[in-house]
Amino acid sequence: MNATLTADIARLRRTNPQIFSAPLHERLRTWGLWLGFLAVLAFGLWWIDASPMRIANGLNKLGLLVTLMIPPWPGDGLWDYIYAMFETLAMAFLGTLIAFVVALPLGFLGAKNIVPNWLFHFGLRRFFDAFRGIDGLVWALIFVSAVGLGPFAGVLAIAVGDVMVFGKLFAEAIENVDNKPVDGVRASGGDNIHVVRLGVFPQVFPVMMSHVLYFFESNVRSATILGIVGAGGIGLQLSDRIRINNWQEAAFIILMILVTVAIIDAISRRIRARLI
Amino acid sequence: MLSFDERYRQQQFTRRNWTLLYGALFLAALIGSVAVSDFSIPGLIKGLPMAWNYIAGTMPRLTFENFWADVTDWYWGLRFWLRLLVETILMGFVGTVLGGVIALALSFPASRNLVENTGIYFAARRTLEFFRTVPELVFALIFVFAFGLGPFAGVLAIAVHTAGALGKLFAEVNENVDPRPIEGVRASGGNWPMIMRLGVVPQALPNYASYLLLRFEINVRGASALGLVGAGGIGQDLYVAIRQFEYTDISAIMLLLILTTSVIDISCEAIRHRLIGHTLTQVA
Repeated sequence: MNATLTADIARLRRTNPQIFSAPLHERLRTWGLWLGFLAVLAFGLWWIDASPMRIANGLNKLGLLVTLMIPPWPGDGLWDYIYAMFETLAMAFLGTLIAFVVALPLGFLGAKNIVPNWLFHFGLRRFFDAFRGIDGLVWALIFVSAVGLGPFAGVLAIAVGDVMVFGKLFAEAIENVDNKPVDGVRASGGDNIHVVRLGVFPQVFPVMMSHVLYFFESNVRSATILGIVGAGGIGLQLSDRIRINNWQEAAFIILMILVTVAIIDAISRRIRARLI
Repeated sequence: MLSFDERYRQQQFTRRNWTLLYGALFLAALIGSVAVSDFSIPGLIKGLPMAWNYIAGTMPRLTFENFWADVTDWYWGLRFWLRLLVETILMGFVGTVLGGVIALALSFPASRNLVENTGIYFAARRTLEFFRTVPELVFALIFVFAFGLGPFAGVLAIAVHTAGALGKLFAEVNENVDPRPIEGVRASGGNWPMIMRLGVVPQALPNYASYLLLRFEINVRGASALGLVGAGGIGQDLYVAIRQFEYTDISAIMLLLILTTSVIDISCEAIRHRLIGHTLTQVA
């Protein structure tokens, strides 16, 4: 029994060698990729100066910070924090809303089946893509310089960052519509406006709403930190507390952020489930 | 027939009421937001040209006659910026790898189908949630305090946040694997780590890799912002440029950033398509 099995395996090895070991060039490529990966990783660790000494010292200090954070306590700034939290939510809400309003026409313009001009379509898409590369915080910094400190800069930063992504997502949603209702509207004599309003819009609206809600959630998260560069909201309070080493209050604010984000996520999940 | 009309009217009525309710809630939220964030249409009308002027001001003066001289003038700090850019990409890379390792370790106990102990499952899930929900920049602020200024703190912040985000996605991948290989390994006497290594990982690996690449793109973008709190990378210089109103530097650095992230996005997308295409042919 065992002998036949060994013989079988030997025969199979002879006839199909590629099952038992990959060809040399493939093995070389795999090893090369791993080697390259490890080399870059090692170089990166060297670059950021990740010595065990430093890690140990840092962890010690981090442990100390955690003990300083306990128990989280709002001090006498509770109402300020709650107001700042509302400011954060308001920034996320307005920013998302403005981005939606601006991106709606852009999405239609960027969709292949609405504007069939290849060059225009390609250019607009690249434009959307390019600006996605800039983080929201950088926009916030720029708008703080341009329009001054405060939540208004934060609203603009969120709106500008989102318009680009919305434009792309909306355009994709519009390109994926079912053509039958569109043909139907056209066949019953509708003009272009009718086609968009009655054939396309009802199909894409739920998709858009779902994107918008999802972005609202993510904007609440990013709005919590925009204050660090002076764009209003809870982040300003948080970075202040950290700067003056008031770790109990900082921990309290972090907990507040966690609770608020959880609540917003739950509400938005419920609305999304209803919409789709 | 009459009951049909009645039902139709009733449905119309409840639907209209729901729409009205949502509309009212939306309006309340809108008014509240406008009040709290001191947003106003005059402010917008006044602010937008200011923002536009600012952006227009950052544009370099390029003339056709001596184009190259103007460009070299614009990119006077190219050598320095490229160094910072490399640092930013390295931060994203190392952070993604470290975070990915932690995420992988935590994703197995966080998968419903792989652990029997509810306590472990619950603890792993909550840990991931904490890592994910605390903003990266907050971790960066704390780590800068603990580990000192520089890219090291930034990498740690990225790693922790990545661990949370990827851990959840990895756990979802684990929960969707085919249970038969798992049973096979268990039936041939494999212990828990062996089941994970031989039953789960081979199935989930292409999806892990795809998510890792996606996260790498996001992290390079995030790393460029971490410099604003002193955690290394190109953000540090961008911050200085914006604060000191060195207008043309701002556009030069932003253009570099846009180019870099575009290149990384496009190459990662190509690799992702190859990875997923590869598995598809394997399945077929």
